[in-house]
Amino acid sequence: MAFDSFGAFLAMEGHGPYVWASYGVFFVLMAVLMVGSYRRRNAVLQSCRQHAGSRSSRAPKPDSDTAPATAASFTRVDVSQD
Amino acid sequence: MWPFFHKLGSPKWFYGIATRLMPWLLVLGLLCLGAGLVWGLAFAPKDYLQGNSYRIIFIHVPSAFLAQSIYIMMASAAVVTLVWRMKLADVFVKATAPVGLVLTFISLFTGAVWGKPTWGTWWIWDARLTSMLILLFLYGGVIALDRAINDEKSAARAVAILVLVGVVNIPIIKYSVDWWNTLHQPATFKLTEKPSMPAEMWVPLLLSVIGLYLLFGWLACLRMQTEILIREQRTRWVQDLFHVNEGVR
Amino acid sequence: MMIKPLDQAVGSIEAMKAVFARDMKVAFRQRQDLLNPLLFFMMVVTLFPLGVSPEISFLQEAGAGILWVAALLSVLLSLDHLFRHDFDDGTLEQLVLQPQPLFLLVLAKTMAHWVLTGLPLVLLTPVLGVMVHLDGNSIAILCLTLLIGTPVLSLIGAIGAALTLGLRSAGVLLSLLIIPLYIPVLIFGTGTVAAAAEGAPVGAYLALLGAFLVLALTLAPFASAAALKVSLSNS
Repeated sequence: MAFDSFGAFLAMEGHGPYVWASYGVFFVLMAVLMVGSYRRRNAVLQSCRQHAGSRSSRAPKPDSDTAPATAASFTRVDVSQD
Repeated sequence: MWPFFHKLGSPKWFYGIATRLMPWLLVLGLLCLGAGLVWGLAFAPKDYLQGNSYRIIFIHVPSAFLAQSIYIMMASAAVVTLVWRMKLADVFVKATAPVGLVLTFISLFTGAVWGKPTWGTWWIWDARLTSMLILLFLYGGVIALDRAINDEKSAARAVAILVLVGVVNIPIIKYSVDWWNTLHQPATFKLTEKPSMPAEMWVPLLLSVIGLYLLFGWLACLRMQTEILIREQRTRWVQDLFHVNEGVR
Repeated sequence: MMIKPLDQAVGSIEAMKAVFARDMKVAFRQRQDLLNPLLFFMMVVTLFPLGVSPEISFLQEAGAGILWVAALLSVLLSLDHLFRHDFDDGTLEQLVLQPQPLFLLVLAKTMAHWVLTGLPLVLLTPVLGVMVHLDGNSIAILCLTLLIGTPVLSLIGAIGAALTLGLRSAGVLLSLLIIPLYIPVLIFGTGTVAAAAEGAPVGAYLALLGAFLVLALTLAPFASAAALKVSLSNS
């Protein structure tokens, strides 16, 4: 530990405001960026899910409980889209 | 090599890989950055010349470092966009440009705040700060052009051209700004040379650089996933994503 | 005004000449468009003595920089017209369809743009140089740097003009994209005059400016041509 007390750590021998302002801005901006990106992805995911849900309610949807095993495995076939 | 290359270009493949990779990137990134910053803030010895204000280096250098490399990465992706028309490359440019802008801003802000106790003034028109300011303008231009063009394909190619023109100019800008003003201390941190700082200083610095890189990886994956979902929401694989999930539940 | 279809047999140089001649002809039909950047150049220079200080010592020190910034802004202002009219009346699409390589035709258009805006600025510089109290030697060096520098401005600017073609608020966007790229030219342009004022040899700086020009001449037309194709496919 480079400091004697927590108070000395906060003060940083008078350089505290500069150091903490820098770290503050860094943490706030990074948090905004990370949380914002995360929430936006989830919002987009949600709208895609609704879109998929509305599509599948029109089309016959395989029910995992009652449908025969072949039908269930058919939906899981990984078809390459390329 | 070519099948791998094609796979790499497939948004679906990337989406899956990113989902698996992201928890690791986030946890490791937070650990490295946290360790580096706590070490740098509380345990590293103070600099005999600049006192404690030098502790800003542990965020200033990583963000400046990353801000510059993001532009280089964007330029590499721009080449891929123009030559192979790979969708993912364009998604990368679009998803990471705002991250680069924010990091450039952070490095400018921390540089200015660091300048106050060191030079006695908030802003000095020194070579490195000015170059970063110009980099901020370049990022701003890329984002503005991308927002201004509605058509997705045209936007991708126009932005790629702009990024490439920018990357050709970056060394010229750097050189001319250096020539214009050579006041600043030499670069703190070179990967090839043994740093002249003591180990208690450069090890936490290295840790926070690595941590921020990992967090950037996480952010890039996340933002690319968002962009891919928006573009491909009507394709089957995106819809299947949810059916499979429902089946599992 | 449509261009005559250039057939395959017409060489690239002839095609460039034709494009250049046509742009000159069109420009001289609308003379006001030629005068506007020059008026703007003079007005921006006038703002500095009024806005900052009319003192001779200040003007002598800052004059070269003021003239360079004003020239840069007037070139920027005129760039919007570089492709706009041709884009609106469909001439540009014809140009892209020509068998000759597009980058050469773009180069011809850019050179015409420089002759119509950059060159008049250089010719006007001695007058404004006297008005900001630059000495004869500085004015000569300043004209020389502008002579080498303004074609670079036109060449780089053409990329921005091509990228923003057909977009809303293209003018502002164009400035945002291009000003950062102008900075090296500005630094060396004014730096050369400053070095000359201190009596240092300026050959090396002029050579560097020349290197910028060569680099811009070889690379910028390709970027502009690529950007034009993107913008035309967009509309």
